[in-house]
Amino acid sequence: MINPIISNTFRFLFLALLQVVVLNNVGLFNLFNPYLYILFILLLPFETAPFFVLLFSFLLGLSIDTFSSTDGMHTIACTFIAFIRPMIFLIITPRGGYEHQITPNLKSMGAPWFITYAIIMVFTHHLILFNIEVFRLSEFFITLARTALSSLFTLVLIILSQYLLSNSKKR
Amino acid sequence: MRNLGIFFIRYYSFFLFLFLEVIAFSMLFNSNNYQSASFFNSSNKISGKIFSISSNVESFINLSIVNDSLSIENARLKNQVLSERYSNKINTGVYTDTSMSFQQYTYIQAKVINNTILKRNNYLTLNRGRIHGIRKNMGVICGDGIVGIVKDVSDHYCSVISFLHKDARISAQLNSSKDFGSLVWDGLNPKIASLRDIPTHVKVKIGDSITTTGFSSIFPENVMVGKVNSVSQKNGDNFFEVSINLSTNFSTLRYVYVVSDILADEKVKIEGGRIND
Repeated sequence: MINPIISNTFRFLFLALLQVVVLNNVGLFNLFNPYLYILFILLLPFETAPFFVLLFSFLLGLSIDTFSSTDGMHTIACTFIAFIRPMIFLIITPRGGYEHQITPNLKSMGAPWFITYAIIMVFTHHLILFNIEVFRLSEFFITLARTALSSLFTLVLIILSQYLLSNSKKR
Repeated sequence: MRNLGIFFIRYYSFFLFLFLEVIAFSMLFNSNNYQSASFFNSSNKISGKIFSISSNVESFINLSIVNDSLSIENARLKNQVLSERYSNKINTGVYTDTSMSFQQYTYIQAKVINNTILKRNNYLTLNRGRIHGIRKNMGVICGDGIVGIVKDVSDHYCSVISFLHKDARISAQLNSSKDFGSLVWDGLNPKIASLRDIPTHVKVKIGDSITTTGFSSIFPENVMVGKVNSVSQKNGDNFFEVSINLSTNFSTLRYVYVVSDILADEKVKIEGGRIND
C-alpha cells in the first residue's frame, strides 16, 4: 500500500507532463482533443477536504495553462469541476453509500457508477473549456460538436487507463 | 459577528471557489496587458526547458522531412540571387546612391520547440528570446509562408500566437489584382483559411497566389500566404469569401524566422499607437 499523498503527487506530475508533451499534439480534424489530465481530479480520494480538492485542481489547471499559453482557461474549468464534485457524489450515490470505498475509481465503484461520474465531470469540463476558448456565440454548434467528440475521446482514454492499470498493486 | 464566522466556515469551499475563479478570470481577461501574469506562459524558463528536451527527441524523428524543406528553400533562394541571371540591362551611366536606402527588415532564425495545430487557439514556443532581440508583436514567418505573431518574451524563449488562432487577422492581397482583404482561420482545418472582404466586382482566379500587403509593421510585403482554392458568396453579402490553401505546413514546422522591422515603432506612433495585424 503506497501512501496516497505520494501516489497522488506522482499522478499529478505524470498526467500534467503527459498532457503538455504528448496529448496536446494528439487529435483528429481539429474536433477531437483529449484532456486526460483531469483524471487526477476524478481520482482524488473521497475523504480529501474540499479545500485541498479546490487548491490542487486550481494548481493543476494553472500548470496546464502555463505550458499551453492559454491564460487561465484550464484553471477556470478545473476549479469548476472540483467545486461540483461533491454535488455529483450526492446526486449519484450508490445503494450502499460510500462507506467502504476510498477512491472513486472504476475497480472499487463498479463500471456503471464510474462511467456516469466520468461523463458528467468530463463533459462539464470540456463544455466550459471550449466555450471560453472560442468565446463567441457564432460558432456555438461547432463548439458543441467539439465538446461532445473530445469528451468521447477523453472518456475512452480514462476508461482504458482504468482497465489497464486496475490490476497493479498500487490501486 | 459570531454567526457570520460560522457562516463563512460552513460555506468556506464556496468562497474559496469564488476566490480562485476570480483569480483565473482576471488572468484570462488581463492576459494582454498584465505583466506579472506573463510568468504563467509557455515562454517561461521551466516550460522552455521541458519543451526543448521533447523537441530534441521529436526533431530526430522528423530529421529527413526538415532537411528536405530546408534544401527546397535553399534552392529557391539561390534562384533569386542576381548573379545567377543573364541580364539584358546596359549600364546607362546613372549611378544609384546606396546611402539612400537601408535594410528595413532583418530576420532572426529560431527553432520551434512546441507547436499545436489541433485546437481552436494554437500557440508556438520558439527557442529565441529577449537577448536575441525579439520583442512583442514581431511577425514570424517560415520558408513557405506566414506563421504567427510574438505574444510573450522571456530571456531565452518566446511564445507565439499561431495564425491558427481565433484572433489572428492578417491583411493579405490577391497577387494579380492587388485587391486586399483580411485573412482569418475558421478553426476546422489547419491547411485552409479564408480571405474576407474582397468586393464582388473583383475577378478572383482559382490558383491565384495570396501574399501579405505590408500594411502592418508585422509582416513585410509580398510574403507568400497561399493559393486560392474556391470562391463563394453568402446570400445578400457584398463581399466574396475566398477559401485559401495555406502554403505553410504547420504540422511539420521546425525552423522559422522572426521578422524585425526597424521602422515598426515609428509607424505605430504615427498611426496613433494601434498595432494592426
